[in-house]
Amino acid sequence: MALSPYLLLAAALFSIGVYGVLSRRNAIGVLLSVELMANAVNINLVAFSRAHGTALGQVFALFSIAITVAEVVVGLALVILLYRSRRDVLVDAASDLKG
Amino acid sequence: MMDQLAFGAVSAGLLLSALLVVSTRNLVHAVLWLAVTLVMTAVLFVTLSAPFVAGIQILLYTGGVITLMLFGVMLTRRQDGTRIEAEVSPGRRGPALLAAAALFGVLAGALSKTPKLGATTSTVTPTEAIGHSFLTDNVLAFELLSVLLLATMIGSIAVARRHDHAAETKPVGGRREPG
Repeated sequence: MALSPYLLLAAALFSIGVYGVLSRRNAIGVLLSVELMANAVNINLVAFSRAHGTALGQVFALFSIAITVAEVVVGLALVILLYRSRRDVLVDAASDLKG
Repeated sequence: MMDQLAFGAVSAGLLLSALLVVSTRNLVHAVLWLAVTLVMTAVLFVTLSAPFVAGIQILLYTGGVITLMLFGVMLTRRQDGTRIEAEVSPGRRGPALLAAAALFGVLAGALSKTPKLGATTSTVTPTEAIGHSFLTDNVLAFELLSVLLLATMIGSIAVARRHDHAAETKPVGGRREPG
């Protein structure tokens, strides 16, 4: 099977993630959409790995998965901190640093 | 032929569940739709003959990230029981849709102009090759990743832990109790 359908699918998923990041107000909703985008990149990596017939793309995908999990942990810690100081997690309401 | 049927079914499911992740009003439902998306991606990895990555995807994403996200949603609920309305801001929906559509147009246009993307081979990459690559060519990145995980663990505990009993109303880093 050709490679381009996989890349097109990944592009569509990435765009859906971009839409979510831009339109969600809740910080956890934004994190969910970032997950969608990272997932689309992983599909690309694995598809390229298969097209080349080497394991390197899959190794990159595994690195990417581990780093994304670390990012989610830090992101959720920040969200909990935001909730503790403001009692809400709306990203457009947290504008205390705005000059 | 079977390949294309499986790909069509999985990609339709993926797109549908991803759209539900960004459009559902209830955030718990959005997290569960993200779980569906991630499991579907694992199925796609199996059809791409990458079973090890599929297993890791299920273990880390569906097992770990979804649980964490559910905890996060439930820890940040309003205490008085009112639902958080307007999770998707209506005024921002149009520009966001425009930006996402423009990005997809650019990506799809670049993809259609790419001359010839080779057909995928059907050889299954053995897990042994992945492990070998981790410990030979990519050993520096592999070790750095363990440092990153340690730093993440310590950092998230340091960020999210309560500093004193009055931390809920006072800004973080307020007066500490003696002793």
